[in-house]
Amino acid sequence: MQSTTLILMLVFMSAAAFYFGRRRSLATVGGPGHGSALHSLPGYYGYYVAIWCAIPSLLILLIWLIIEPRLVVAMVIEGLPEAYRTLSEGEINLLVNNIQNLASGDAVSVEVDAALLEAASSFNAYIDRSRDLLAVFALGIAGLGGAIAWRGIHADLRARNRVESVVRWALVAASSIAVLTTIGIVLSVLFEALRFFQKVPITEFLFGLNWSPQTAIRADQVGSSGSFGAVPLFTGTLLITGIAMFVAVPVGLMTAIYLAEYSTRRVRAIAKPLLEVLAGIPTVVYGFFAALTVAPWIRRVGESLGLQVASESALAAGVVMGIMIIPLVSSLSDDAINAVPAAMRDGALGLGSTRSETMTKVILPAALPGIVGGILLAVSRAIGETMIVVMAAGLSANLTANPLEAVTTVTVQIVTLLVGDQEFDSAKTLAAFALGLMLFVVTLGLNVLGLSVVRKYREQYE
Amino acid sequence: MTTMTESITDNPPPQAPVPNDGRQRDRAEGIVLSEYPRQETELGGKTIGKISCENPFMVVEDVNVYYGDNHAIRNVSLEIAKKEVIALIGPSGCGKSTFLRCLNRMNDSIESARVTGKIMLDGQDIYAKEQDPVALRARVGMVFQKPNPFPKSVYDNVAYGPRIHGLAGDRAELDAIVHSSLERAGLLKEVKDRLDEPGTSLSGGQQQRLCIARTIAVNPEIILMDEPCSALDPIATARIEDLMDELCEDYAIVIVTHSMQQAARVSRRVAYFHLGLLVEVDETNKIFTNPQHKLTEDYITGRIG
Ligand SMILES: Nc1ncnc2c1ncn2[C@@H]1O[C@H](COP(=O)(O)OP(=O)(O)O)[C@@H](O)[C@H]1O
Ligand SMILES: [Mg+2]
Repeated sequence: MQSTTLILMLVFMSAAAFYFGRRRSLATVGGPGHGSALHSLPGYYGYYVAIWCAIPSLLILLIWLIIEPRLVVAMVIEGLPEAYRTLSEGEINLLVNNIQNLASGDAVSVEVDAALLEAASSFNAYIDRSRDLLAVFALGIAGLGGAIAWRGIHADLRARNRVESVVRWALVAASSIAVLTTIGIVLSVLFEALRFFQKVPITEFLFGLNWSPQTAIRADQVGSSGSFGAVPLFTGTLLITGIAMFVAVPVGLMTAIYLAEYSTRRVRAIAKPLLEVLAGIPTVVYGFFAALTVAPWIRRVGESLGLQVASESALAAGVVMGIMIIPLVSSLSDDAINAVPAAMRDGALGLGSTRSETMTKVILPAALPGIVGGILLAVSRAIGETMIVVMAAGLSANLTANPLEAVTTVTVQIVTLLVGDQEFDSAKTLAAFALGLMLFVVTLGLNVLGLSVVRKYREQYE
Repeated sequence: MTTMTESITDNPPPQAPVPNDGRQRDRAEGIVLSEYPRQETELGGKTIGKISCENPFMVVEDVNVYYGDNHAIRNVSLEIAKKEVIALIGPSGCGKSTFLRCLNRMNDSIESARVTGKIMLDGQDIYAKEQDPVALRARVGMVFQKPNPFPKSVYDNVAYGPRIHGLAGDRAELDAIVHSSLERAGLLKEVKDRLDEPGTSLSGGQQQRLCIARTIAVNPEIILMDEPCSALDPIATARIEDLMDELCEDYAIVIVTHSMQQAARVSRRVAYFHLGLLVEVDETNKIFTNPQHKLTEDYITGRIG
């Protein structure tokens, strides 16, 4: 039986369980008019029975589907001729792979002989039998669970509490998925990074000035000693982030000031959604805007001024990234400015301040912590941004402070290290994890700092 | 006053529903105004009592304020003399704050607000085109309901006004202004050693006196106070009232208050507002002992409000 059919049947059974559970709860107290004699609303008895019907059998289904492949594979290998069973583990894996492909009708990488064909058909047979068994089992458990719960219904059964506790556990499970995933990612990055630091000393990684992660495949290869000094990446990241902030902070802040204090309601109603549109443009689009429009333009302008400009420059990537971050800065600054109580503004105006004096002498100082927090969040966004720099900043790990040269960033290097076929234990690949760990630590720190500044500041007024 | 009694009998019985959104709004605020149909005050629309005074310093003539379609102040005229304390009273929502904010053009910053009529300060029309509201507000200071010291030090709070108006030539002069303002606000003794602490670290009453000090530091001619004691405890309130007694030797003070006792204690004249109309204005003791208008009487005896 197909698993989808099985699941549909389970759904149907649960619905039936709901109906019968609800009906029985009312029947035990003498009909629909006497629902108030029940501990819970009748519907809860329905859910109670439905839960007992569905959950145990879904658990069985899940466990079965986890165990099934191993079991079936083991049985298929058992049935292979003697010659095959002496193979090494790797060859067995390959063989099993082929058998499975053969069984499902996919392309196979070896010559097909009779033994293989037989193995494939027995594989299919085992699977079919297993599925039939599973169906019988799962439906049986569902029926049994539902029946027991149904019989157990009586007026004092605390059905609501039980259903709610199941719901609560479901919520806990759902929310822990995000947390557990995060922890899992952090741990895997951490362990891979530690493996990297066994191959390359952490001091070389943090303080080395030369980044060229090509390791030798053959011992006699030229120019591929592999050196993992990440300083050029850090400076590249800093340079681009700096340029981005140089664009985003003044523009974003002035936008926020204008929108919060000077604009009419109509301008605000138009400008705010537009800024949100800017925030919603995919970074790839910014990337080719940077690479195809801004970078050539900067190059042309630079050349007409007699400057040497690389066709992929830190300046182009940084400026475009700054534009991308403007909405973030402006909306967080706008929040901070709006959080300053109107009483401050009235107080300043009432003393005869002009609008700009009110702004610069009272409102901005009061909003400053919130604005700084917002800028920190924006910096962390800029450091983690990848697409724009991949497309516009280049790949060469130059140790330079000249914004007209090509530089590369931590994120770009992670991308290039992992793109393509790689062994997963070479220093080159593992370096990506070390870079990722750095990135994670720095952005996490900035986020925590930024958020705590923003939050503390919010509490300040009320 | 005869028109008034007549109009009461002319009007529909109190409970009759009258389609008038203005009144509904007020009922929602818990004021039993259905007994006082609007026509009553409109028929007797002219203010009772004495709107004029000797040596008027500020003259308000026929002022109307609209918030969009809401006619918040209706044809109000009033004169305010130098060195007097005039109290504005009336049920909430009757437009006291709105009227007060007309006097230093704080309504300018409310987008929907529109002011018509004429307000003369010392012979100049403050709503004239050439009048700069910023300069005006230095002459007509304002103290708000909730103490609103800036998030700066006590010193910088008081020095703020003199700095932006360039009143002090050097640091010593600024110090002198700050000290004398704090002194006159009755705060110097308490904060002498805390000038560098943030203004927000003071108690509520001290904060309000700091705001008063901040206002008098720019040497205004009139001080507007919008319920300056409503957020304060009785002791802090008493201190502010004492302070007003002293300040009125130099400044005209217009104070909005919800407390009849406060109005009786601090003011020389009282103006009673009702639904945007200035119903009655007169010497304080006259208003409280012998109000002429029924609305005034009902308000001060606690039947409305
Ligand atoms: N900023 C504003 N925008 C629109 N309407 C306002 C505004 N401020 C006050 N009003 C309206 O003007 C009327 C008078 O309000 P206000 O002057 O605050 O009364 P009071 O100070 O006597 O309680 C009320 O109906 C109020 O709803
Ligand atoms: Mg008010």
